[in-house]
Amino acid sequence: MNKISDNFLDIGYMDDLAGKDSWLHRLDPRAKLITTFIFIVTVVSFDKYTLSGLIPFFIFPIALLALSGLPAGYLFKKVLLVLPFAVLVAIFNPLMDREVIFRIGSLGISGGWVSFFSIILRFILTVSVALILICLTGFNAVCLALSKLGLPKPFVVQLLFFFRYLFVLTDEAARMSRAWSLRALGSKAIDFKTFVSLVGHLLLRTIDRAERIYLAMLSRGFDGRIRMIRVMRIGSREFIFGIGWSMLFVLLRSFNIPVKLGALVTGRFS
Amino acid sequence: MSHHIVEAIGLHYTYPDGTKGLNGVSFRISHGESVALVGENGAGKSTLLLHLNGYLAATQGQVRIGDFALNPGNLNAVRRTVGMVFQNPDDQLFMATVFDDVAFGPLNLGLGKDEVERKVAQSLETVGAGHLSQRPPYKLSQGEKRSVAIATVLAMSPDILVMDEPSSSLDPVSRSRLIALLKTFKHTKIIATHDLDMAMDICERTIVLHQGQITADGATTGIFGDQNILSRSRLEKPLRMQGCPKCGNTFSHPTFKRESK
Repeated sequence: MNKISDNFLDIGYMDDLAGKDSWLHRLDPRAKLITTFIFIVTVVSFDKYTLSGLIPFFIFPIALLALSGLPAGYLFKKVLLVLPFAVLVAIFNPLMDREVIFRIGSLGISGGWVSFFSIILRFILTVSVALILICLTGFNAVCLALSKLGLPKPFVVQLLFFFRYLFVLTDEAARMSRAWSLRALGSKAIDFKTFVSLVGHLLLRTIDRAERIYLAMLSRGFDGRIRMIRVMRIGSREFIFGIGWSMLFVLLRSFNIPVKLGALVTGRFS
Repeated sequence: MSHHIVEAIGLHYTYPDGTKGLNGVSFRISHGESVALVGENGAGKSTLLLHLNGYLAATQGQVRIGDFALNPGNLNAVRRTVGMVFQNPDDQLFMATVFDDVAFGPLNLGLGKDEVERKVAQSLETVGAGHLSQRPPYKLSQGEKRSVAIATVLAMSPDILVMDEPSSSLDPVSRSRLIALLKTFKHTKIIATHDLDMAMDICERTIVLHQGQITADGATTGIFGDQNILSRSRLEKPLRMQGCPKCGNTFSHPTFKRESK
């Protein structure tokens, strides 16, 4: 549980990174959000056997990291942390699809393995860019940008509250876990009955807290609508950033650059 | 009638599970008074506070805020008049940044952008938290959270401040700062607290609750000096009235004299 707590505190560190100052940080969140969205759509739109066509897309996260000064190692570790989920999704492909689609020397590579690596590549690309977006913009600003882009307010408010109270909930969970470990006398795993009880208590505390928060909101005139003052401005920088990258994504999607380059080098380009 | 007056007339409240929260509570708090609400855990302090803002509706009896007899029709007006600071600032600070949190109330009042910004700056300045404006609440210390929670209420320009355990979980320096800050407010103040020393510092009047009933209502020094009242309500004398463990002297002791100046 303490490890979970540390990881949540890490989300706070991502928020700290968003507070840094670079021209990328200063860009309107909407421009970054839309560009990231177009990037993700473009990356996932490739067919399941594409590998080489995805490689040039690494230019986007690499450029963002280089220009913003975000710690690449930190983000790489975060991507590695969630990579097992992608492996879990893709692991059955080599078993289901055994048809050999190309050979490296005498080694036949099945379509399943190609699609496996394609999923992993897409996962690394999309997750790393989403993380960079949070580190460049901050979760709250991303939510507000979503709101400005027309996402329903209740959804945005849920996201904002989720982020705000994630830390409080984690603190409570960590305190309960500590109280358990102090009386567990060296036992390493929580037995099922105790775990259910801990989760139940956490749920009840959460409900209590939600009621108190609602009272606090009512006391300050809450009528079902969340109002905020936010001045966001799309200028020429945002326009150039968004259009420039989007055009590159479409270009990379339309032409498989590594294949073209390979053909050029080997003289088969005609 | 002044809009700073709070009056409870024969308040009864029973929780849905049948627990009696209040059992015939009546009092009248006048313009500018600072009143401490003390009593053991479960005496009904928080229940009473929740009636003053209309969160709980009395099973029997009435609450009057100035000219309003509190009812569902005037809840908004009453909540504008009575600002409530909750016991746990994490319950009160729910927005993404301190600025957004303090601006939440004024925006709901329908104020314009410039006016809201002015109110936010003014409220944060008053509690000495102007520099925290862009910080997310989860990164503040407990003392800072408490100050900002008070600013969120001040930004609504209430006439009456209601506070539930404002000094709980504060370190000594933050507690002293809070007391100094509360002393500067000219509002009518109702403070539910276990911190009897703080009550002595801020409130000239104290109401003692015991099992949902008022067992004493009068001058703070008089009530805290009456061992019978305190024992009956499961309270102890404030530290400064307990006297020196060596000589037994209280206010006459030079140390206490110095502090009381």
